[in-house]
Amino acid sequence: MTKDPVCGMNVVSPSQFFVEKDGEKYEFCSDSCKTKFIEEPEKYLTQPEEEQTATYSINSKGKEKIDIPIVGIHCSSCIPTIESEIKKLPGINFTSVNIATEKAHIEFNNSEVKAVDIISAIKKAGYQAGQATLKLGIVGMHDASSISQIEGGLQKTSGVLNASVDLVSGTAIVKYIPGVVDLNKIKNEIRKLGYDTFDTSGVKTDKLKDSKTGGEEVDENQVAREKEYKTLMQKFIFAAVLALPVVFFSYPTVWNLPAQFQRGTETLQLIWIAMSILSLPVMFWSGSQFYTGAWAAIRNRSANMNTLVSTGITAAWLYSAVATYFPSVFPSAELADQFFDVIFVVVALVILGMALEIRAKGKSSEAIKKLMGLQAKTALVLRDGKEIDIPIEEVVLDDIVIVRPGEKIPVDGVIVDGSSSIDESMITGESIPVEKDIDDEVIGSTINKTGSFKFKATKVGKDTTLSQIIQLVEQAQSSKAPIQKIVDKISGFFAPGVIIIALLTFVVWYVFGPAPSLVYALITFVTVLVIACPCALGIATPISLMVGVGKGAENGILIRSGDALETAQKLDTIVLDKTGTVTEGKPSLTDVITANNFTEDDVLLLSASVEKSSEHPLAEAIVNGAKDKSLELKDAHNFNAIPGHGVDAEIDGRNVLLGNIKMMKKYKIDLGLLEEKSTRLADEGKTPMFVAIDKKAAGIIAVADLVKEDSVESIIQLKKLGLEVVMITGDNVRTAKAIAKQVGVDRVMAEILPQDKALNVQKLQNEGKIVAMVGDGLNDAPALAQADIGLAIGTGTDVAIEASDITLINGSLKGVVLAIQLSKATMKNIKQNLFGAFFYNGLGIPIAAGLFYPFFGLLLSPLLAGAAMAFSSVTVVTNANRLRKFKPKI
Amino acid sequence: MAIDQIIVIIVGVGLSVLVAWYFWFSEKKAVKIQSSDTGLQEAVIKVKGGYTPDVLIFEAGKPIKLNFIREETAACSEDVIFPDLGKKASLTAFKTVPVELQIDEPGEYNFQCGMGMLHGKLIIE
Repeated sequence: MTKDPVCGMNVVSPSQFFVEKDGEKYEFCSDSCKTKFIEEPEKYLTQPEEEQTATYSINSKGKEKIDIPIVGIHCSSCIPTIESEIKKLPGINFTSVNIATEKAHIEFNNSEVKAVDIISAIKKAGYQAGQATLKLGIVGMHDASSISQIEGGLQKTSGVLNASVDLVSGTAIVKYIPGVVDLNKIKNEIRKLGYDTFDTSGVKTDKLKDSKTGGEEVDENQVAREKEYKTLMQKFIFAAVLALPVVFFSYPTVWNLPAQFQRGTETLQLIWIAMSILSLPVMFWSGSQFYTGAWAAIRNRSANMNTLVSTGITAAWLYSAVATYFPSVFPSAELADQFFDVIFVVVALVILGMALEIRAKGKSSEAIKKLMGLQAKTALVLRDGKEIDIPIEEVVLDDIVIVRPGEKIPVDGVIVDGSSSIDESMITGESIPVEKDIDDEVIGSTINKTGSFKFKATKVGKDTTLSQIIQLVEQAQSSKAPIQKIVDKISGFFAPGVIIIALLTFVVWYVFGPAPSLVYALITFVTVLVIACPCALGIATPISLMVGVGKGAENGILIRSGDALETAQKLDTIVLDKTGTVTEGKPSLTDVITANNFTEDDVLLLSASVEKSSEHPLAEAIVNGAKDKSLELKDAHNFNAIPGHGVDAEIDGRNVLLGNIKMMKKYKIDLGLLEEKSTRLADEGKTPMFVAIDKKAAGIIAVADLVKEDSVESIIQLKKLGLEVVMITGDNVRTAKAIAKQVGVDRVMAEILPQDKALNVQKLQNEGKIVAMVGDGLNDAPALAQADIGLAIGTGTDVAIEASDITLINGSLKGVVLAIQLSKATMKNIKQNLFGAFFYNGLGIPIAAGLFYPFFGLLLSPLLAGAAMAFSSVTVVTNANRLRKFKPKI
Repeated sequence: MAIDQIIVIIVGVGLSVLVAWYFWFSEKKAVKIQSSDTGLQEAVIKVKGGYTPDVLIFEAGKPIKLNFIREETAACSEDVIFPDLGKKASLTAFKTVPVELQIDEPGEYNFQCGMGMLHGKLIIE
């Protein structure tokens, strides 16, 4: 982060807007600031630092500075729109909108214009200014004068946009800009006026109400879904209860009813009339959504399940009503039959199916709801030396946040004081708590287990890891797997196609069918309409994708799209970057070998003391190795580094040489057996260094970039999945081979420059292979992008790695295995669903049309068709939900 | 062949042709959205058994705001998905849910419900 010298805002460095002046680089938030700087650089460079850093201040001249968060800036082209709209206001001295921080920095004269006017200008430009609404209870108001007093007092407070006080309920509703003013300031302001406050419903931010982080919206949908479920169940019960007697009296011969209930009797005639009346509420209340849905769809020139069901039951009702009221219309009495039972049963079953589907679907989206629920609600922040509890939306960058044992970490940050062990399983999927110390990153929404600590907020609002994850998961869930494209083509033709098939079925049965042909024609017409289930087809892919991607997120695997998921299960080669992927990525001490009666501690202590002042990663490994053994390091004197050889220093009057074989030869040290031992260590992929004390060989210190604990096991699993595992590295062939042997990789690409990794991935692709590349998101970005699937190993809180198709938040290779297993399981599930839906419709519709009647005498009852249709989509959702039980096989 | 059979054939086939024409071949009405002075192109889309309007024409490069109002509780239309744009929104019933977009590339962008049963299209010119 660096500061824009013009407006004083924090700018992500490097910024695309910058100027080089007098050897210094100045970075800006926007082009307009840059232009201003170029025009009069002195003006901005001589300004005292103090004034620039203030995000909000009032000076005596009535000038005010304000930073207003703006929601939904997606493009740099929006900036001029907002800026020009603000500049139209009087009293605006300066305005600059920063796309990166999504804030407008405005300097204005508060006697001419108010912050609330600026907000409305932003709204006029089509954007939402990030404002929060707060409801506070106020004690001690007695008359109307309190209202104007409090409202007036609050409105004078900077950052408060609007305040309205209600005497009857004793509450104030305050609209304000978070960051400029906060809950406590507002409470204080009211207290100053002589009133006490209490919290009512808490804080609700407008800014966060969109689907990314707002828990509210989700809950509302859940409530709506519950309500819908209840209504559907009531409708179902109503239709089902009535269906029982209707079915009973519809088949008098089947149940062997007494003669007065048989066809043609007056009693039955009355029963039919009753049925025709009772069927109306079933059609228009229980089945109302079929009609409203069908009508709306038809107006849009589209057709769906509602169209099919409503057409089917309407046809059944019309025919039955004619048979009931005007039986003489039919040429033979045999034709005057009723099918009211079809209406009752089909409506009841389809409604039941819809209810069950809602239930099951609620479960499918559980993963993302779980993620959203992880968000902490409040944060304990240190401001002006005081600890204050504020809603999480008010936490700003660089706030110092205090976390106590057992508490949820509210936002992302870096520990500045204290240490603790933190349960990060909800984000990384790794169940073992992680030890964190000063300078370590903490992730928002993870849980602090043991210690207390303070951390500096580095990512807040929608930039936090959790928000990014939610966003990525939502994006992936809304993406389309390529397999879906075929389904989309079909589903556009499906429902109207079914109507045409039903019409033609009617015609064929009427013309060629056996007597009574009209009855057969009608039954088959209705059955075809009722059995077809476009929903099962439409839902097959998206529902499994939703569950699969959600399951991945639960395990710390972020799959970016349906495309990635589909490709991941087709892979045949996987390229692993060595450093940081297979290995830890930083060297550590592995061996201390002694000679000439020196002790291990001596050798280690002296070499670590020599290396203490060196910043080389190998030196750090030796120093850490000594610290792990609780050795107290000493000060080195006469330190002398000999490039390409090693170092020479004096400690406690003893001369210490540390270096490679050239160094030892230079000082004519007799190495004895050590030389052979060093060759062996090098063959194991380690870096050996000789130590000589007082010109006498003392031993060898070896460091190596150790293989991660679970790399071996993961590589075995990858091979079991049928993948060819290739390791790629910039290291020399010897080290690379040694590591490859340790982890069981057969093919090694060594001495590859970072920029050539992508080329080597391409070479593998040229062999006709579908290649995945696993590496970090920075150095390996080109190779990740080149590969068919790029799997990025997460780097702390940055999960939105552009070049990758799959991000593994938890840096272990296990994640790769899991990701591939999960995509295989998901694709299998999708295929099952699609097969089921195609098979069901492909077989069901011809059977319903009576295609098999001439050969096997097989004809489907519309009642059975209704049942089949109702449960086909429930089956699809239920099958997708099986994925929720997916367990990695490691 | 009896006269009634001939009538049934003619009517049945005629209806089939009508259905095919109505759902597949008839021209859908597209709505052209005018941008405001500030460049924002705002439209209200009613969600009830379908999207009304379902074909919208916008200008490329200017911000778009689609206000979805879902006037039904049927679960099918709960999500609106823009697969080409990787966007998704959860529509709470009887509430206005804005979806903000900015499309620079002219072309046709589909949107649909979570199950792919309801369809709409944005035409960017």
